[in-house]
Amino acid sequence: MPTYDYVPHAPGYVDNDGPKIVTSRFVHEDSHTLERYEATNGYEGLHRALDRTPADVHEEVRDAVVLGRGGAGFPAGVKWGFMPPGKFPYYLVVNGDESEPGTYKDRLLMERDPHQLIEGCLITCYALGLSQCFLYVRGEMPAAQENLAQALNEAYAKGYVGKNIMGTEFSVDITLTWGAGAYIVGEETALIESLEGNRGMPRLKPPFFPAAIGLYGQPTIVNNVETLSNLPWLLVNGSEQYKAHGSEASPGSRMVTVSGHVNRPGVFEIEQGVTTFRDLFYGDNFCRGIRNDNELKMFVPGGGSAPWFFPEQLDLPLEGRTVGAEGSMLGSGAIMVMDETTDAVKAALRLVRFYARESCGKCTPCREGTTWEERILQRILDGEGRPSDIDKLLDIADNISPGPYPVAADPSQGLAAVPFPPKQTTICPLGPSSVAPITSTIRRFRHEYEAKITKRDSIPVMAAPMSSDPVEVG
Amino acid sequence: MSYFNADNLETAHEIISRYPRKKSALIPLLHLAQEQEGWVTDDAMRQIAELTDTTPAEVKGTGSFYEMFKFHPVGTYMINVCTNLACQLLGGEELLAHAEETLGIKAGGTTADGMFTIEDVECIAACTEAPCLQVNYRYKLRLTTDDLDQLIDDIRNGRATDIPEHGTLGLVRQHVPADAGAGIVAPEQATERPVWLARNDAVAEGGEG
Ligand SMILES: Cc1cc2nc3c(=O)[nH]c(=O)nc-3n(C[C@H](O)[C@H](O)[C@H](O)COP(=O)(O)O)c2cc1C
Ligand code: SF4
Ligand code: FES
Repeated sequence: MPTYDYVPHAPGYVDNDGPKIVTSRFVHEDSHTLERYEATNGYEGLHRALDRTPADVHEEVRDAVVLGRGGAGFPAGVKWGFMPPGKFPYYLVVNGDESEPGTYKDRLLMERDPHQLIEGCLITCYALGLSQCFLYVRGEMPAAQENLAQALNEAYAKGYVGKNIMGTEFSVDITLTWGAGAYIVGEETALIESLEGNRGMPRLKPPFFPAAIGLYGQPTIVNNVETLSNLPWLLVNGSEQYKAHGSEASPGSRMVTVSGHVNRPGVFEIEQGVTTFRDLFYGDNFCRGIRNDNELKMFVPGGGSAPWFFPEQLDLPLEGRTVGAEGSMLGSGAIMVMDETTDAVKAALRLVRFYARESCGKCTPCREGTTWEERILQRILDGEGRPSDIDKLLDIADNISPGPYPVAADPSQGLAAVPFPPKQTTICPLGPSSVAPITSTIRRFRHEYEAKITKRDSIPVMAAPMSSDPVEVG
Repeated sequence: MSYFNADNLETAHEIISRYPRKKSALIPLLHLAQEQEGWVTDDAMRQIAELTDTTPAEVKGTGSFYEMFKFHPVGTYMINVCTNLACQLLGGEELLAHAEETLGIKAGGTTADGMFTIEDVECIAACTEAPCLQVNYRYKLRLTTDDLDQLIDDIRNGRATDIPEHGTLGLVRQHVPADAGAGIVAPEQATERPVWLARNDAVAEGGEG
């Protein structure tokens, strides 16, 4: 029996017997080269697409129900249908800005299989009549930038990208570009602003989503790296094969990142909608249990922006709608596991501080609110909290995200789940995301907050002599 | 006087040619400027403004939004320690404290010899390999404090040859040969329906009908 484990040239990725729709080449050290790609069915999906009409290719993607892997889980084929007819040019923007705390599958896909992503972009441009593609990579990822640049140079030289692709009348350019450090640029309208050379601040939507008014005011499709990386396999194997994986509502596979207090943290490709959190944390194929056989205390199920889950939610499958109804989201597929030794307030503060730092400052409830949240949590942690602070935190949270905030059920308190998503007074969901760690932990571990507030951890050191003069002894 | 040296000026023009509008090249050109000098100078911003038909204020306005652009000199080696949740759970803050103590500076500071800058950063997308950091954005994974001491020692003694100086990101650049491109034009000049979409009509007309 083969032993599956970490792959040295793709640190973090765990090769197991799960589906291999997007990670099939990761085991090869030269998976990023054109040579390896061509030897392993590379550009065959594009070849098949070019033998069909563009509309037919779109139909195949719609049929397969390729859910967006960037966070919102919206079906790509449906989004593709939202562009107003005839308003050319149309553009494709690939979201490779991956910065959601806990997430890194797009980085591996860009570093390890850049041609697969390029092929996915080409299939999309062909199907929809897109005039140009922009591949926007996170600034802090030079290896991904290098491998993509190399792959694009090879692909242009071989006639896979550019003018008259594979000898047909299909022509499209792919421009590689990268960011410069700003989480908010992952939000699709902020990404478009950044591509236009502006500060990366989100645009107000609705009414106009990028598919209607996007880059340079033109219809623009924004898709995540993993979403597009599925397309070459899909075009080769067809939507029926694709739907043979995963569950009915969430077909195919998806990449998840499990980090924190598990024995074998890793990035795994799993059956979408089927695998449960318990399988992932305790399964031999996956994380092999909590470190030191400790108890699981809580986990973040879908990136820093997701409301937290607890041991009661372990048997839920990683299926978008199910997880949504139970009060959280799968988001970017990032799961952070915390054992019984974790300080809930400290962990919550760390994520809140992230949102306070990354707020773009465009709307007041987010700009001011996230900063207040951070300061109050910090003083509670420092033993300087006030009895009114818990209510104050919830009050600020309510200003950013009014009404009951999504949260998991707590059977011990007889509390039901509040389903996802939250409401927002802000332009984008970043502000409301800062509320998730706060409401999740206050609801469950209010006593930890109270303990820190009512009792100082240490008595402050008293200033010794009142006078600054040296004290004469004897 | 040109801020960009001859090679970089040529690269700058090539970069601009890959966007339908010049202003879109602003962030890539700021990266190019930072690559040349390690940080973004006023002269660089003036020339970027000229090249992209914008004003220096617009260039600074955009650039100052982004964490990676430095408008003052920083260390030749920037050590970015991740302290976000997954790393915090496994010692990211301790690693940062150790770096601060060893180099005698706080996060955000630069050593007197201009060799090192330390930053306390958000998730760098290597969470399963915690605690981790980047030096000039090159990953160092699952680091102990001893590993960090060794790393600092290697850099000081010129042994960290895998890490280019601050400002250099991807070492390979995109290059599109003269007639391989489909042709990049302003949106106003691309209002025609892409030719291959005509394949849809043939079916609509000639199909089952
Ligand atoms: C604050 C914020 C950050 C986001 N960051 C990312 C990101 O890093 N990568 C990504 O693909 N999508 C991100 N998204 C989601 C994008 O807005 C968008 O929905 C997605 O790229 C669409 O692609 P998909 O439909 O293929 O998932 C973010 C959204 C928000 C609100
Ligand atoms: S919610 Fe926050 S990040 Fe989003 S637009 Fe408003 S201020 Fe910016
Ligand atoms: S939390 Fe440190 S790399 Fe993601």
